[in-house]
Amino acid sequence: MSSTDSSNQPFEIQVVNRGEIYLCDQGESLLSGMEQKSADCINVGCRGGGCGMCKIRIIKGRFTNKRMSKAHVSPEEAEKGYALACRTFPSENMVIESDHFQIDEAVELGTS
Amino acid sequence: MKKGVMRPGHIQIRVLDMAEALEHYRDLIGLIETHKDSQGRVYLKGWTEVDKFSVVLREADEPGMDFVGYKVLNNEVLEKLEQELIAFGCNVEAIPAGELDGCGRRVRFDSPTGHMFEIYAEKEQTGKWGVSKVNPEAFPRDLKGMKATRFDHCLLYGPNIAGTIQLFTEVLGFDIAEQVLDGEGTRLAGFLTAGMKAHDVAFIEHPELGKFHHSSFFLETWEDVLRAADLISMTDTSLDIGPTRHGLTHGKTIYFFDPSGNRTEVFCGGDYHYPDHEPVTWTADELGKAIFYHDRVLNERFLSAVT
Repeated sequence: MSSTDSSNQPFEIQVVNRGEIYLCDQGESLLSGMEQKSADCINVGCRGGGCGMCKIRIIKGRFTNKRMSKAHVSPEEAEKGYALACRTFPSENMVIESDHFQIDEAVELGTS
Repeated sequence: MKKGVMRPGHIQIRVLDMAEALEHYRDLIGLIETHKDSQGRVYLKGWTEVDKFSVVLREADEPGMDFVGYKVLNNEVLEKLEQELIAFGCNVEAIPAGELDGCGRRVRFDSPTGHMFEIYAEKEQTGKWGVSKVNPEAFPRDLKGMKATRFDHCLLYGPNIAGTIQLFTEVLGFDIAEQVLDGEGTRLAGFLTAGMKAHDVAFIEHPELGKFHHSSFFLETWEDVLRAADLISMTDTSLDIGPTRHGLTHGKTIYFFDPSGNRTEVFCGGDYHYPDHEPVTWTADELGKAIFYHDRVLNERFLSAVT
């Protein structure tokens, strides 16, 4: 346990593309921590790791995470720092970039 | 039911964590857990449903819908529709009896919107849960959570809904009960029924193939929908929108998400449809009111958050 974990102080989350900073309580995901502070710098979707609307890129900071949809964050993307904010739990102050959700246009129209 | 398709029979939903999913579908929505198979899939049903199961949960690393199945009258209908699906141009796969425990032979087919569907004729009938077959009481007294009565329908997002709606109306005999048309008369949404309900399945035009918008479960009253909203707050469940009313179908509704991000609806009421009814039409310039009758504006999440 580092000193930040035991101090129970909220973590400072800097969202660089929006030019905003919010305080995320310990034990909260980046997304629920943001919603609790009535901040609006990450898009909110299902809050369950499924829809991808809260996709971010992590620039700096340690975190833990829960399982999230591979359709939105592939293992290769995860290695590059992409994640879903609803499944990412900060362990210290973090720097992130939001607005990485995009709808993939269909390339083919099925069979019939 | 003019081609022998009776009703929605089952939906298989992918979840990231089975234990969390059961807290949602069993403990919160109030479905009855009826079975777990050798693959680890869990089977559930609403208490009024006579067949053994209607919801199958499968743990996977990508949430969404595997397939939705419709029950047909008998095996003669199943064989006839199987040939018609092949003639229509679908890729058709025969799934042997027992692949889902308690379910007979299934005919699986793809669709222009990228969704997988099934038809089948036989499933083990265990009767309504918690009440006797003869002289049944009003309801079982030990139901959980929202006490959902049945799996009612699903809404699916994909490209070329015109193609999938043609498949459902021409081959499977569904009627278009309600629809949204744009200024040029292009159908942006279609609500289809095999019987008298306002929808047994619905489609909304969307650029991505095979997307799952929500599964829906029926409650009896508006009071039940408000009580569902209370339970969503008590359990700190992710809320989408509601309680409110739809313009389309006029159902009274609330939307929320399972712990893997699949959207769930519980609702009551709604329009009915007979075969001689013209489709109920909403225009795209009133889409906000068509979807959310009280707010009269769409939230971005309702359009974009799909699995």
